Amino acid sequence: MKRVYVNEKWCLGCRLCEYYCAFAGTSGKDIARSLKGVKINPRIKIEEKDGISFAVSCRHCKEPLCVKGCITGALSVADGVIVVNQDKCVSCYTCVLCCPFGAISTSESGAVQKCELCIKSAADKPACVAGCPNNAIVFEERR
Amino acid sequence: MKYVIIGNSTAGIGCVEGIRQIDKSGNIAIISDEPHHTYSRPLISYLVKGKVDAEQMKYRADSFYKDNDVTLLSGVRAVKINAGEKAVELSDGNSIAYDKLLVATGSRAFELPIAGNSFMTLDDARKLQSQLAPEKKVLIIGAGLIGLKCAEGILGRVASITVADLAPRVLASILDDGGAALVQKHFEERGVKFILSKSVSSTDGFDIVVIAAGVRPNTELLSGIAQIGKGIAINEKCETSNPDIYAAGDCTESIDVSSGQQKIMALLPNAYMQGECAGVNMAGGNKIFDKAIPMNAIGFMGLHIITAGNYTGEVYESNKNGTYKKLFYSDNKLNGYIFIGDIEKAGIYTSLIRDRTPLDSIDWALICEKPGLMAFTKEDRMLKLGGR
Repeated sequence: MKRVYVNEKWCLGCRLCEYYCAFAGTSGKDIARSLKGVKINPRIKIEEKDGISFAVSCRHCKEPLCVKGCITGALSVADGVIVVNQDKCVSCYTCVLCCPFGAISTSESGAVQKCELCIKSAADKPACVAGCPNNAIVFEERR
Repeated sequence: MKYVIIGNSTAGIGCVEGIRQIDKSGNIAIISDEPHHTYSRPLISYLVKGKVDAEQMKYRADSFYKDNDVTLLSGVRAVKINAGEKAVELSDGNSIAYDKLLVATGSRAFELPIAGNSFMTLDDARKLQSQLAPEKKVLIIGAGLIGLKCAEGILGRVASITVADLAPRVLASILDDGGAALVQKHFEERGVKFILSKSVSSTDGFDIVVIAAGVRPNTELLSGIAQIGKGIAINEKCETSNPDIYAAGDCTESIDVSSGQQKIMALLPNAYMQGECAGVNMAGGNKIFDKAIPMNAIGFMGLHIITAGNYTGEVYESNKNGTYKKLFYSDNKLNGYIFIGDIEKAGIYTSLIRDRTPLDSIDWALICEKPGLMAFTKEDRMLKLGGR
């Protein structure tokens, strides 16, 4: 299955992936107009320190501790993609407790949010990957 | 192959999903004394609160039993296991034969010589719900996870709530003194009263009593059949000492890898993973679950708590931006942590405990400050994020 993989040495720390992710969750037509002045809460997040940076998003693990630990059944696996049904989430954050990558975060509604590889869009790759200017994240089959 | 599962909750469902990873056609029967579709037990307080309804309580979709070709025998109790003949006797007089059996019988409320409601099941929640009224005074005996979740669930629906416990602090099983004081204050600010370090001798003056003074594992079915300590003893394949009988979930005891001790870790993620592990092995696969640790994520009226492991060793402590955080470590390993408030990325700490990661292999000072993958080596990050 194709997943988002990180090429750390190519990451500029520009955070465009974060913006494209946040934009992918809106119905806006223009990224700059939609997000100007907005504090974004993307599902992919840059970690940055001393000139090193990289993007972290859901790994879509084959042994997903978040799905197994979910107390409500809100998290499930659909064709290899780990998806969240926010209507079933009660904000207990057991998935945050379980995820070894820190890739599940809280959203404005309280329900958790996570990368779903933009499967609900018609695009052939996730918005973050499409928007990365330096191939620091790629959408590939690796293992 | 005939699989029989006693218990229709998390571990039982995990077992079905484990079996079906390997065996798509074997017969699976689930025996449950509760006459309900599988539901999420921790959601009963949310039901009472009105945050979820009966539909949202369902742990799996309506089509679960059909999709997985499972026969659900609900509203009937497993009364005896006949291990010699490999059959389970049922309360309706019938008997059901098995090739592989899972005991996932869960736990029940510890009984006190005091009359009151327990708060463990969907029926308990509905019964409590029917008793609630604005003029009622409620006493909850037990300031643990169940007692406090119950208090949150009924807050604002009754005249008063008093929580009593023998222990000197709330959530004694998962919090230290400082964390417990913070949570207690959070409840007190919303009108909940506490009577701690005292045993309850009388419930006079209260209209509703809820008993949440701990739980006991339901081990009786395997008495004399398999080894039982505090709970049913299982190994890393979730096998009991009796061949062809497996056990999973709150009725079992297993090794806590954070301390090396054998203990009951009655919590939902472990129940699922044990059930799934048992299922795979029952179906002839080979799966190991040897990474159980105590861990909890729980929230009360907007205050979020995540804890894991055990609280021994040296302590790193920080209280920044209203977040209470303690890390406990010794011998180059993280043993446990307490996080109250901002809980983002807590799972990275959990992984350090679960994997027994040598702390000198990561940037310990950095990860103490905040959990992140930056604290790992470039090679580790390549494995985690680069897929190679």
